[in-house]
Amino acid sequence: MSRWANEHRKWLFAAPAMAFVAVLIIFPVAWTGYLSLTDAEGSVRAESEFIGFQNYLDVLTDTDRFWPAVWRTVLFTGVVLLFEVVLGMAIALLLWRPFRGEKWVRVAILLPLVATPVAVGMMWRLIFDPNIGMANQLLGWIGIGPQPWLAGQHSALPTTMFIDIWQWTPMVVLILLAGLTSLSDEPQEAARIDGASSWQRFRHVTLPLLMPTVIVAILLRGIDALKTFDILYATKGRGGGSFHEVETLNVYAYGLSFDYNDYGVSSTVLIIFFLIIIGVMWALTYRKKGLGR
Amino acid sequence: MKPSKPYRVFRTSALVVVVFALMAPLLWMIAASFKTNVDIYDTAKAFVFSPSLKNYETVLQQANYLEFIGNSLWVAFAATTLSLLLGVPAAYSMSRFSMKKSALVVLMARVIPGVSLLVPWYYVFSNLKMVGGFTVLILSHMFVSLPLIVYIMMGYFDGLPAELEEAALVDGLTHIGAFRRITLPLSVPGVATAGILSFIFSWNNFMFALVLSGSDTKTLPVAIFDFVGYASIDWGGLMAAATVVTLPIMLIALFVQKYVVSGLTAGATKG
Repeated sequence: MSRWANEHRKWLFAAPAMAFVAVLIIFPVAWTGYLSLTDAEGSVRAESEFIGFQNYLDVLTDTDRFWPAVWRTVLFTGVVLLFEVVLGMAIALLLWRPFRGEKWVRVAILLPLVATPVAVGMMWRLIFDPNIGMANQLLGWIGIGPQPWLAGQHSALPTTMFIDIWQWTPMVVLILLAGLTSLSDEPQEAARIDGASSWQRFRHVTLPLLMPTVIVAILLRGIDALKTFDILYATKGRGGGSFHEVETLNVYAYGLSFDYNDYGVSSTVLIIFFLIIIGVMWALTYRKKGLGR
Repeated sequence: MKPSKPYRVFRTSALVVVVFALMAPLLWMIAASFKTNVDIYDTAKAFVFSPSLKNYETVLQQANYLEFIGNSLWVAFAATTLSLLLGVPAAYSMSRFSMKKSALVVLMARVIPGVSLLVPWYYVFSNLKMVGGFTVLILSHMFVSLPLIVYIMMGYFDGLPAELEEAALVDGLTHIGAFRRITLPLSVPGVATAGILSFIFSWNNFMFALVLSGSDTKTLPVAIFDFVGYASIDWGGLMAAATVVTLPIMLIALFVQKYVVSGLTAGATKG
């Protein structure tokens, strides 16, 4: 027995974890794929009819909820990624060389990261409350009138982006800082001796060397930003608010599934969403081979 | 290289802004949790107010939070322990035998949107009469923890030289014996990192618990919504609830900072 176990340890060790994940993924994804071809709704146990690609046709021509949700997902992900990477890079560069009080800055960077996202959403909901929130009081002190923030039809999405940036920029900082500290000092020194300015050294030495780490950060953050749910649900509730103003694909699919029990359509949206994520992953890993791990 | 003086002044002021921007909202939340609702609505009492424990009384006594804290602890603890049991050996195998494709199967769980799994899970588990119970909640949280643990531990095992095990084999240990008696004790820091991160992510998980928990198994992130009514919000209670949810996890993170940071950045620098 133990000899058999030794010889087969490769799969003996790996198989249980793989089986666990595979069972929880493969069946659901296959089932979602099947449901997307039916008119299932009401109860998950109700009878449903096979309707082919009708749902896909309906969803892809739906300019009322679906395409706006796609657009919001893309916009949300693009904007938060841009800000998080640029701000994250700036902060990581500030923290790169040792200084006094480093420990305190690191604490401040860690806290938003581990804070529970729904609690963070609630916290900002109070700060951004149009009537009693601190945000408008601050604006008042510098002579700017109150803004609707989360309550406004057009300001809600940017405000949730702001919250995401507050919570997750530190993640990018930590990743980039780890990358920076692992760089060797020699290319920097060489460039300095050659008379390169600090901007030139960053642009032509540090940044190219750091690029693989930047891509890891974009990949990790991008996947999560596409799937953002907690902050949107905590700040705007079901359906992404009364005008669906923060309804991303994830929030839309959740609502279709669990608020409207429209399983056929929600499965269709999910399969499309799934394909988008796989596509983005593929495009990014293609740039950086072997990033799957 | 010692930075120049103007740069040091610039850096200090920039970092003060960063620290303030990150900390002020959290401190504001904690401050609001000690205010009565009347004080929260009174802008004159933004900074000066007489602290009251009333909100915490509401949260801990009337809102049943002690029970929810217990639920969150139990789910996060069980999901982490089980995921470590499954994940650590798997990561070892995947690292030593470079099982890239197999690792990808496990890591897929990080990429797939949770909602796409929830409908089928909900269907199967409600047929099995398990929705609302702890088992299904723990299983769903393991789905979050396991890929995280495999990812962190693979990186860790990659860094442990195989020669150590080979030496143990020469001394007469079996492969599994060498893993158990040599590799595992050496990977305690890695396991700690993976375990802490898994606990934090499970504690913070919202969507799975929102659908799969019942009134007896409700976890803290779901329970927060008890303070949001259709017509009005009990702001004081809500901020106290938010503080009760976040504070324990932030304290843990502070004490084991090193592990949290190394877990969050695992694999990032290998390029």
